Amino acid sequence: MSDHQVTVTVNGVEYEREVEARKLLIHFVRDDLDLTGSHIGCDTGNCGACSMIVNGTLVKSCMMLAVQADGATVETVEGLAEGDELTPLQQSFSEHHALQCGYCTPGMLISATALLRANPSPSEEEIRKALQGNICRCTGYWNIFEAVKAVAK
Amino acid sequence: MLLREVEYAKPTSVSDALSALAAHDGARALAGGQTLINVMKARAASPDVLVDLNGLDELKGIELAADGTLTIGAMTSYTELMASAEAKARPILAEVVSTIADVQVRNRGTVGGNVCANDPTNHLPPLMTAIGARMTIAGAGGEREVPAEEFFLGVYMTAVGPGELLTRITIPAGKHDGFAAITLGADGTCIANAAASLNGSLRVALGCVDAVPVLLQPASADEDAVRAAVQSANLDPPSDVHASAEYRAHLAEVLALRAARQAKERA
Ligand SMILES: Cc1cc2nc3c(=O)[nH]c(=O)nc-3n(C[C@H](O)[C@H](O)[C@H](O)COP(=O)(O)OP(=O)(O)OC[C@H]3O[C@@H](n4cnc5c(N)ncnc54)[C@H](O)[C@@H]3O)c2cc1C
Ligand code: FES
Ligand code: FES
Repeated sequence: MSDHQVTVTVNGVEYEREVEARKLLIHFVRDDLDLTGSHIGCDTGNCGACSMIVNGTLVKSCMMLAVQADGATVETVEGLAEGDELTPLQQSFSEHHALQCGYCTPGMLISATALLRANPSPSEEEIRKALQGNICRCTGYWNIFEAVKAVAK
Repeated sequence: MLLREVEYAKPTSVSDALSALAAHDGARALAGGQTLINVMKARAASPDVLVDLNGLDELKGIELAADGTLTIGAMTSYTELMASAEAKARPILAEVVSTIADVQVRNRGTVGGNVCANDPTNHLPPLMTAIGARMTIAGAGGEREVPAEEFFLGVYMTAVGPGELLTRITIPAGKHDGFAAITLGADGTCIANAAASLNGSLRVALGCVDAVPVLLQPASADEDAVRAAVQSANLDPPSDVHASAEYRAHLAEVLALRAARQAKERA
């Protein structure tokens, strides 16, 4: 099987790697680039733990091949904070107890980041719709919703 | 999940894509991947070659003709359809796709992929059938156009043959449409759904009750006529953990009435 040469910029860092066509983007980022912030929850496209922003678009990276990201700019949870400086959204998650086990959190943060970038003043309904693709087994969603609402303008 | 080994090609023209599909028996088109990648994980399909359609600009975009006819490229994503000014000419389209799954799925899932997947629970097969869409299929011998009622052939099967591609969907002008569904949670998978269109005579298409959308053409848009049309279809829907066959048939009738009422209210 032929490998493919890909160049992908993840959180501002350019990586050149060989990948097999069958490799999913989530595995490429976690296993080949050792960026393990993004999680694999369901591996069926339902949970959103693997959410990333690819070329400005929110996607579930378990339903995209790594070769499809050739030339793309990818953002994951590791790219949010500047060193120890959390983004207002991350700070708000902390203050609102918007995580318990934390498994869903990287996906929640990325989905909410994509929302706030496109729409800095979302309505309550828009916040709920934007997080529909992200499942949380712990919090009951309420504190996540509150955390996002608190940073919405 | 590690997929089975597969080759990958990303053609930049429809003719190159058709050649790549024709060159291998085991070649398969990859659109949004929101169904196909999961099917490959489950080993329900194991293509030898994936022909990625995401480089085909010819298959993207929505055009609105002066007479109101809409042409939607097969690779148009749900999100692009929702944002399209042209697509507002047929408001039901954006209304329905905005209820498919979630933001991430809508960002990558495509209109063409939805109809080509022809999952009996998908939203678009019944909608395209009710509104009288026509599918353009390209192959080695050129292009042909197939009306929606002849496009859906069986579960996961359509008129798109090996080595062929759906390139675009053409939708006639019209505004008086309706859609109703009972889903697993908000914007979830449909247990039953129905689309209706009252542009001229009423057309109702039922989803989730058979391998392909069931098209009904009631004598009028009156409730009794719609009910009679559903009953005379002698539905024999599948039974599963979400609904028995009997309950699903009941839902189909209720949803046909709701969709037809919505279409009528807009007329
Ligand atoms: C969590 C989740 C929930 C979902 N819920 C729903 C739902 O409620 N309702 C719904 O309708 N859908 C739902 N979907 C499916 C989603 O809408 C898919 O996007 C759609 O079924 C397939 O579109 P795609 O572009 O992703 O196609 P792909 O998955 O890439 O392809 C699907 C099939 O169509 C073929 N194909 C695609 N495009 C073409 C073309 N142009 N010519 C020839 N063959 C082609 C492929 O070879 C493949 O066999 C859901 C998906 C997920 C992950
Ligand atoms: S791991 Fe991708 S959606 Fe669950
Ligand atoms: S905090 Fe545990 S899954 Fe969300």
